[in-house]
Amino acid sequence: MGRFLLSVVRRDLTLAARRRGDWLTALFFFVLVSSLFPLSVGPEPQLLQRIGPGVLWVAATLASLLSLPRLFEDDHRDGSLEQMLLSPSPVVGLVLGKVLAHWLVFGLPLLLVTPLLGLQFNLPAEAIAVLVFSLLLGTPILSLLGAAGAALTLGLRGGGVLITLLVLPLYVPALIFGAGAVGGILSGTGAEAHLSLLGAFFLVSFTVAPWIAAASLKVSLG
Amino acid sequence: MNLYHYASPTTFYRLAGGLVPWLAWAAGLLALAGLYIGFFMAPTDFQQGEAYRIIFIHVPAAWMGMFIYVVMAFWGAIGLAFNARLAFVMMRALAPTGALLTFVALWTGAVWGKPMWGTWWVWDARLTSTLILFFLYLGTLALWSAIEDTRRSDRAGALLTLFGVVNVPIILFSVVWWNTLHQGSSIGVTHAPRMATVMMVGVLTMTAAAWAYTIAVTLARARRIILERERKTEWVQRILAQEA
Repeated sequence: MGRFLLSVVRRDLTLAARRRGDWLTALFFFVLVSSLFPLSVGPEPQLLQRIGPGVLWVAATLASLLSLPRLFEDDHRDGSLEQMLLSPSPVVGLVLGKVLAHWLVFGLPLLLVTPLLGLQFNLPAEAIAVLVFSLLLGTPILSLLGAAGAALTLGLRGGGVLITLLVLPLYVPALIFGAGAVGGILSGTGAEAHLSLLGAFFLVSFTVAPWIAAASLKVSLG
Repeated sequence: MNLYHYASPTTFYRLAGGLVPWLAWAAGLLALAGLYIGFFMAPTDFQQGEAYRIIFIHVPAAWMGMFIYVVMAFWGAIGLAFNARLAFVMMRALAPTGALLTFVALWTGAVWGKPMWGTWWVWDARLTSTLILFFLYLGTLALWSAIEDTRRSDRAGALLTLFGVVNVPIILFSVVWWNTLHQGSSIGVTHAPRMATVMMVGVLTMTAAAWAYTIAVTLARARRIILERERKTEWVQRILAQEA
């Protein structure tokens, strides 16, 4: 299963490297949405610091939703997804490989630009470090839960909007704990409790979501 | 008694048809009794005055709204595990009622919140988690309506509900924790300190009414879904010919 997983990851990374526009769009969306907030609520540093962690977290969830419908869609359209499901390797391995590739292509670049956006929101260095760490724990959750949503809505008309309705309520704990960790640092209560809970939520998502996604893929492809 | 006997759409259709009127009458009578107890017999609350009386609608609706989601997940699991068509039918029939009652709980909560807390909406843990539950219902309904193939939409909805039911406790917990950490109990849910027996009886009667209503509506809806799905079979053709 390990080798299968790696080959799925390598394949998806190769595809992503050849179509840079796809994942750069999600990243650009993240930067753009975050930059719109100071324009709409005003540039007072105190206010921006107060809303910064939440805004960046919401922008990250929305950006992940933007990129998620493509997770299985392209392979579904050219038929390779069906072939992969027919292969003797477990479907969960396919899902995990896809999720890992999605995180490498979407989550990792997002982590890299987050410090810059944190500066835009007047966050102190310590809070930025916690923010990046919370996103390091949190973006895999977004990819995992989103994979289940993408598998459920595979090939549907308007699947892109539908996945938002299905997955956003499930993102709530990640959002609360992730943004809460940064808020905890800013208000002086500490981030550890939030980060531990975020880690726990990651583990739960990691154990449940791939199976749901695998079962959904089988259902969606009949 | 053979339970599988009732899993056949034909038997179920007849059985449910017999039960629906009884349950509907029970729901109506219980609701009348409960409302009478609630609005005429129950004493005025010394803290909340008359406004607390919305509890007789609010609490049963909220309980039922939460409970129906779990029942949906149960039928979804049965459907997936045993490939039982009727289980999926039940799941589908439950969802609109669950969404409706959750909405009623939110609505009455807002109406109750206005005189008590001075605001229609507070980001209180219970309000927030109920709102998210409502979103989960809407997501399931949207998924069903987007998939035309019955088999696929049944299974996809079941998987989504199962996934949701795993998440609901986590969401509840996270929201409770989020609120208590940030907002403190300046407003909080003003629980009735001690409930008079009459009030309790009223709430329980209304809860029984909500149960009867839910089962009646679900069975009636399930019958329609069965008719739609089995429309090619002989027995449904016969029923449709009679009704026409």
